[in-house]
Amino acid sequence: MKQLLKGNEAVAEAAIAAGCRCFFGYPITPQNEIPEYMSWRMKEVGGHFVQAESEVSAINMVYGAGGAGARAMTSSSSPGVSLKQEGISYIAGAEVPCVIVNMMRAGPGLGGIQPSQSDYFQATKGGGHGDYRMLVYAPSSVQEAADLTYKAFFRADYYRNPVMILGDGMLGQMMEPAQIPVAVDVNKLPKKSWAASGNNGGKQRVINSIFMNPDTLEAHNAHLTKKYEEMKKLDTMFEHYRTDDAEVVLVAYGIVARICKAAVDMLRDGGIKAGLFRPITLFPFPYGELAKLSDNGAETFVSVELSCGQLIEDVKLGLFDSKNRPQVGVFARVGGNVMKPEDVAEYIKAGRITQSWIK
Amino acid sequence: MKQIIVSGFGGQGVLSLGLMLSYAAMKENKNTSFLPSYGPEMRGGTANCSVVISEKEVASPVISRPDLLVAFNEPSLARFVPALNEGGRFFVDSETAKKEYLTKSNAVAVPLNELCGNNKKGHNIAMFGAMLGFTGIKLESAEYAVRQVFKNKPQFIDANLGCLHAGVDFARKAGLK
Repeated sequence: MKQLLKGNEAVAEAAIAAGCRCFFGYPITPQNEIPEYMSWRMKEVGGHFVQAESEVSAINMVYGAGGAGARAMTSSSSPGVSLKQEGISYIAGAEVPCVIVNMMRAGPGLGGIQPSQSDYFQATKGGGHGDYRMLVYAPSSVQEAADLTYKAFFRADYYRNPVMILGDGMLGQMMEPAQIPVAVDVNKLPKKSWAASGNNGGKQRVINSIFMNPDTLEAHNAHLTKKYEEMKKLDTMFEHYRTDDAEVVLVAYGIVARICKAAVDMLRDGGIKAGLFRPITLFPFPYGELAKLSDNGAETFVSVELSCGQLIEDVKLGLFDSKNRPQVGVFARVGGNVMKPEDVAEYIKAGRITQSWIK
Repeated sequence: MKQIIVSGFGGQGVLSLGLMLSYAAMKENKNTSFLPSYGPEMRGGTANCSVVISEKEVASPVISRPDLLVAFNEPSLARFVPALNEGGRFFVDSETAKKEYLTKSNAVAVPLNELCGNNKKGHNIAMFGAMLGFTGIKLESAEYAVRQVFKNKPQFIDANLGCLHAGVDFARKAGLK
């Protein structure tokens, strides 16, 4: 049955459905509905909710619970997610599965509380130190927020790696009818042979990210890299919208992709062959698909984003493999402002495509 | 597809009216999105929300040009009336809106206080009733929406349904669509 849910509520309930029984968080707008929801819902399902004393503390609780084998999650918004970066790096190094939600707000610094996508680099290029990657899902509707959060727990366990849900304030606050995936039976989830969950005198299990011997660490890095390579093969997700014969391709993710869908329809009504390419995973990024679109004749690619030219860098990397050299530009609103479909359509119609977001 | 903006001061029931529109649309198996403004502007300032109701998948929850506008205060009228779609209508309180707006050909003036028997808390619901014919939403879906939004305040449901029906009757007598 469909319910009218906020994006934040859908994320929280989908996590419960996926068997998440440990939630640790610290309040920050615009994601507060997630911890608020978890604070009463965890009690109902016999799970654990802790409002930690800080984001640093919350992410380390996730490290502990995940290391003990639980499906664990934390959520925050941009400044709070910055505080979690050290923990995320440790979790990736120690190969602990978990889910981290970032409902982005505008930055840098404390910035503002309105929607933004300015943590793109932080999420996709390793916001913490060391060579690590996370699967990064970018839902563009409340339904997809539920579906991808649910999926995130399974992929996190499969890879023993953190997975990030990268949304924004608008997705978190908006409501749409959505169906929560069918709940798993937590007791029937596969046992984790590596988890530090007590072994009755058997071989000691260690969850750790320290490797003092360079050769050992190099081998560990190679092992991690293999996982990231596998993610590229198995987990890349994207959506095409009216790109078949598109001459102008908008590239956008999350809520901005929705705005661009309406813009594409407006442009098509005005006789411009426009389409939308939407990465659903930001890591792994669907580079190859962009090159294909260019090879098939798309002449202009415009990154539409709520950041000062971050997504455009991956658009350019993708197009590097094309045999053609299409025009690339960026259309952005930042600071918490959000473009309207008409703004995007007018930018394309004006034809002054540039690689700087400043007009 | 109907694109609707509801706007007014925080406390005027702006967000709950938007929410009722989405609940009613969902009840009819339509696609819908409800996008509220959030943050400091809600505290004493202007709050607004965007609602899209569509047979097809909702593309943008962000609205460029609304088909319908409900504006409970002056700043909302100034901001959103110029943005209305061609043929778009806007709904205002006949007691409080300035004449320059009331006399516009696309204005629908609703005597909210009269319809609600001076119950200011019911203004948004009476407006919901008055605009219902323009949204394609059935009365029974609207009643469902009122019950949903007030399920935690059951003592207000009967009075609110009264305001809803008063709004619907007003629209019928006024010969609105």
